[in-house]
Amino acid sequence: MEYGLDLENSFNEFLKGFGLSSEIAHIIWLPLPMLLVLVAAVVGVLVTVWLERKISAAAQQRIGPEYAGALGVLQPIADGLKLLVKEDIIPAKADGILFTAGPILVLVPVILSWLIVPFGQNLLISNVGIGIFLWIALSSIQPIGLLMSGYASNNKYSLLGGLRAAAQSISYEIPLALSVLAIVLMTNSLSTVDIVNQQSGAGILSWNIWRQPVGFIVFWICALAECERLPFDLPEAEEELVAGYQTEYAGMKFALFYLGSYINLILSALLVSILYLGGWGFPIPVELIAKFLNLPINAPFIQVFTASIGIVMTVLKAYLLVFIAILLRWTTPRVRIDQLLDLGWKFLLPISLANLLITAGLKLAFPQFFGG
Amino acid sequence: MSIAITTQFICFTVLSLVVIIGALGVVLLESIVYSAFLLGGVFMSVAGLYLLLNASFVAAAQVLVYVGAVNVLIIFAIMLVNKKEDLKPINDIKSRRIISTSICLTLLSLLIRVDLTNVWSLSSPQNSIGEESTIRIGEHLFSDYLLPFEVASVLLLMAMIGAIVLARRDVMSKDISTGLPVDQELIEKSSEPLLTNKN
Repeated sequence: MEYGLDLENSFNEFLKGFGLSSEIAHIIWLPLPMLLVLVAAVVGVLVTVWLERKISAAAQQRIGPEYAGALGVLQPIADGLKLLVKEDIIPAKADGILFTAGPILVLVPVILSWLIVPFGQNLLISNVGIGIFLWIALSSIQPIGLLMSGYASNNKYSLLGGLRAAAQSISYEIPLALSVLAIVLMTNSLSTVDIVNQQSGAGILSWNIWRQPVGFIVFWICALAECERLPFDLPEAEEELVAGYQTEYAGMKFALFYLGSYINLILSALLVSILYLGGWGFPIPVELIAKFLNLPINAPFIQVFTASIGIVMTVLKAYLLVFIAILLRWTTPRVRIDQLLDLGWKFLLPISLANLLITAGLKLAFPQFFGG
Repeated sequence: MSIAITTQFICFTVLSLVVIIGALGVVLLESIVYSAFLLGGVFMSVAGLYLLLNASFVAAAQVLVYVGAVNVLIIFAIMLVNKKEDLKPINDIKSRRIISTSICLTLLSLLIRVDLTNVWSLSSPQNSIGEESTIRIGEHLFSDYLLPFEVASVLLLMAMIGAIVLARRDVMSKDISTGLPVDQELIEKSSEPLLTNKN
C-alpha cells in the first residue's frame, strides 16, 4: 500500500540538486507543511463561521449575512478584522499573567493536534507512531487553560464556566478514549494512516462506521461535548453564566477562544471522518477505477488524481459532519448540568465499555472482518 | 556537532531548566493557584524529556495522566475550596522543618547513590526500539508485569470508593478530625441516606 505522492522526498531531492546537504533541505522543508496546515485550519474556521451564520439564518427563516461579498462570504473576515482592532482589555482586578496564558493554553493543543490529521498516504505533517493517542493526550491539556482563564478573570460567572468546562471535558474524555480504543483494537495500530488504510479495502463497505456503529455515535456525542457545542455548551450558557469563562475577554484574546473552539470543531469532524468514515478514501476504491481505465496505479496522473481526491474526500466528509453539528446547534435545546453528567457517566461510559468488550470478542471470533 | 544533536541539546537544557525552576516555584510560591499551574508546567516538561529519550508513548501517557487528570483535579479542588483565610501559625514549626528537611536529604542521597552506582550507558545505543515501544509496553503489562498492573488498578478503585465516601458527607454524621456534627447545609442531600439510617 506504499503508493501516493511523497512531496517531502521530491522536495528534498529538488533542493539537493542545488548542492544543499540533506539536513539543510530537511530544515527548509519542516516549516512548510506546518504553515500549510495552519493556513488550512484558519481558512477552515472562516468557512465554518460563514456556514454557521448562513445555516442558522436558514434554520430561523432569515437571510443571514448578505452584503459583505457574494452571499456574505467575506463576513467572517470582517468579524476577524473587528476582533483584531478591538482594544485588548485586562480587567483591573484580574490576574494578568494567567489571564493572558489561559487562551493560549486553550488554542495551542488544538493546533498541535493537527499534526496527526492525514489528507492522504503521505499528506500529513508527521506519521507519529502514537497517532490518535497524541490527540487524546493533547486534548486533555485544554481544561487547564479553561480553568486558568476562569480563575484569572476574577468573576464568578467565569469561574463557574471554567469549572463546568473542566468537569465536562473530563467526563466525556473517558467514553471518547474507549471508543477510539475499539478502533485501535481493530487496526492493531495507533497511527491515523494505518487506521485509514485498514478501512480502504472495499470502499464504502469497509468503513468503520458499519463495524462500529455504537462507537461512532458515542464518539460523535463526546466530540460535540468536548467542543462545547450545543446541546452541550453549558460552560458558556448565555442565559445562566453570561458567557462562562469568556465573559471578561475582549479583542484578540477572545478571538483566540473563538478560533480554538472552531478549530476544535473542524478537528473533531476530521477525526470522525478518519476513524469511522474512511478518511481520504473514495466510496469506490481508486484501484478499481484505475483498473477499469486500464491505467497503472503508479502513473503520475493517477497519483495526482488520487491525492486530490483524497484531500477533497477528507474535507467533504469533515464538512458534512460540521453541517450536522451546526444544524444540531440551532435545533436542539441545551441539556441541564445533571443531565449532562448523567449522560456521560451513566450512559455513554457503560455503553462504550460494552462496545469495547464486544469488539474484542468479535475480533477473536471473526478475525478477517475485525482485524486479526 | 550536527544540527540534530544541537537541537536536542538546546531542548534538553530548556526543559531541564523549566523542570528545576518550575519545581522550585511549586514549593516556594505563596499562591497555591500559581503552584498548581506551575506543577502542570513541570509535568509537561518531564513529558518533553521523555520525548527526547524517544519514549513517545510514555510522554503522551505522562501528559494524559499527570497533566490531564492529576493536575486538572488538583486545580479543580483548589478552585472549589479557595477560601481566603489566614492560616493559623503552627507551634512546632521548627521541629517539623528539621524533620522534613532530613527526609528530603535522605531521599536526595538515595537518588545520588542510585545515580552513582547504576550503569547508565546502554550496550548498543543503536538498539533503541522507538515506535515499537508501545507494543513492548503492552506485552510486558500483560505478561510479567500483570500482577503489579492489576494490584495498581485495585488500589485506584479503593481510592475512588474512599473519595466518594468522603465526598458524600451524609454518610457520616460526625466530622472525622474534629468529632463535631457535620454541617450539611450546602450539600445536595440525596433522597435516601446511604448508610446512616440502615438498620
